[in-house]
Amino acid sequence: MARELKLMKGNEAIAQAMIASGTDGYFGYPITPQSEVMETLMAEKPWETTGMVVLQAESEVSSINMVYGGAATGKKVATSSSSPGISLMQEGLTYLAGAEIPCVIVNVMRGGPGLGTIQPSQSDYFQSVKGGGHGDYQLYTLAPASVQEMYDFVFDAWDIAFKYRNPVLILSDGAIGQCMEKLYTRDNIARWTEEERRKNAPWGTFGKPADRGHNIITSLELESARQEVFNHKLQAKYAEMKEKEVRFETINCEDADYIFVAYGSSSRIAMKAMQMAREKGIKVGLFRLITLFPFPTKQLAEVAKRVKGILCVEMSAGQMIEDVKLATECNVKTEHFGRFGGIIPTPTEVLEALENKIIK
Amino acid sequence: MANIDIEARKQELLKEGYTEVYTKTKVLTDAVMHYCPGCGHGTTHRLIAEVIDEMGIQDKTVGVSPVGCSVLAYNYFDVDFQEAAHGRAPAVATAVKRLNPECYVFTYQGDGDLAAIGTAETIHAANRGENITMIFVNNGIYGMTGGQMAPTTLVGMRSATTPYGRRVDLNGYPLRMTELLATLPGTYYVTRQSVQNPGAVRKAKAAIRKAFENQKLGKGLSFVEILSNCNSGWKMTPVAANKWMEDNMMPNYPVGDIKVDGKIAEGIDVNRLVLDHPLTVMQ
Repeated sequence: MARELKLMKGNEAIAQAMIASGTDGYFGYPITPQSEVMETLMAEKPWETTGMVVLQAESEVSSINMVYGGAATGKKVATSSSSPGISLMQEGLTYLAGAEIPCVIVNVMRGGPGLGTIQPSQSDYFQSVKGGGHGDYQLYTLAPASVQEMYDFVFDAWDIAFKYRNPVLILSDGAIGQCMEKLYTRDNIARWTEEERRKNAPWGTFGKPADRGHNIITSLELESARQEVFNHKLQAKYAEMKEKEVRFETINCEDADYIFVAYGSSSRIAMKAMQMAREKGIKVGLFRLITLFPFPTKQLAEVAKRVKGILCVEMSAGQMIEDVKLATECNVKTEHFGRFGGIIPTPTEVLEALENKIIK
Repeated sequence: MANIDIEARKQELLKEGYTEVYTKTKVLTDAVMHYCPGCGHGTTHRLIAEVIDEMGIQDKTVGVSPVGCSVLAYNYFDVDFQEAAHGRAPAVATAVKRLNPECYVFTYQGDGDLAAIGTAETIHAANRGENITMIFVNNGIYGMTGGQMAPTTLVGMRSATTPYGRRVDLNGYPLRMTELLATLPGTYYVTRQSVQNPGAVRKAKAAIRKAFENQKLGKGLSFVEILSNCNSGWKMTPVAANKWMEDNMMPNYPVGDIKVDGKIAEGIDVNRLVLDHPLTVMQ
């Protein structure tokens, strides 16, 4: 597929991007609201065209471990799920991070806790960027706000994953996953040849040639001193990501008296609320997070110096707001506005929240 | 881990007049194994390594180690290796093989890993007929964590968490995963072997060889259970542990082929696979 204009769901865009970006394997398990990812892949039969392997696993526990096994051979392997399934994957995610295995995981968030709801939510922020699994690790976390970004971020995710030998999480939500929008496809990237695999993933476990020792993929180190050295290495990697790989977008922040901080679906709603505020003569800007880890700490702090107040908009009880307050060191009045249980706030509600919680 | 210079030591011994009667396969590294003396893991490792060597597939083999006593198996095999999370080796190996069909892929797991926490992964890999080799070391106990009850612990058998013996009313029956897997159409070769004497070792090696050869056929999963003592966990000498294994484990876990070339093996009563629960009570 070359560059074409298409109309599709966010979940379909993820599947199409996986095929188009030269993904070698996808392992998944059905869960609403992201089942279209695997359904699209199964319908497209990429094993007949690009040679991509697609398999339905018996659980999310298995699918994430299939990602581990496949990706540890130096191939581009991905999975997708939604909040309860991502909870089941946390063991696998910490092992992937601990063994430094590049891979792509998509979370199309729904409301919790527990079985919760199948409607959109953004209440997995903590789980995504504050741990989730055990141990000191980070997932590079991208938050798409459109179907186009669902598609594009899969390509970006592979670059980051292999550059840093780290799992990349695409943190979406049921609204972006289910809505249909136009998108421009990209030229297909061929799956890596055997030579490219060996060059790009010399650490992979694909059979030991005579000219090297055996490759071992593990996250186990029984000697504390060596495990501490390894942890320092991971932290240095995360520090480098913070330095070089932060992504965000500012809209109308230059003259803004107030800003919304939001990501994903909420940033779309905040954008509309911003326009409504401007029509009323209130100078509002939008600071949209694209990477949740690394968080644009310095960049947000810089913008925050010029404003009188910040409203964090997130479909949660207020998770992202903690990082916003850390970034601004609480120097600016900062409040949270969100809805729960799969309720998507209206732009009017967001504007009212700004007026009632910040401006008043 | 301390490594000794094997070659230098060999030359010394030859100078002293010793004759070389056995050579360690090059598929095992020189790392000193951490296994307890007398345990079956070392022998089982050697058999797998010899098979890989004899088949000439060292450069195409990927192993997957479990959590448990054999967690460090990757240090001992000179082949590419992955260390899986507890119980997940069959899922990990599934993807290794699906994405690298030219590779020979094997898992190496204990009874707690394979038959308790990894039950789902084991059954579904077998049911999909994954074209891999699974080695299952059954010693009826959690060795690494200090001798707790495993799914395979015998009725009446004492362990750290069944200090008065396993009770059916409290803990259920010992799980015969191997018999269970033989009933699934996805398995092509299912066998139980042991490594407590030279005859058993030879048979076990032949079974492992068959299980690896089967990967060329692509007809399904090959599953080799190896009964082993856990002399530390059972709190016996190695010799007494092997005797105890023959007297108590083997009546509950009969040794021999259960399924060969996709068919229930000769002499195996199909009713036994599904109905005959092992009820032998230990003293």
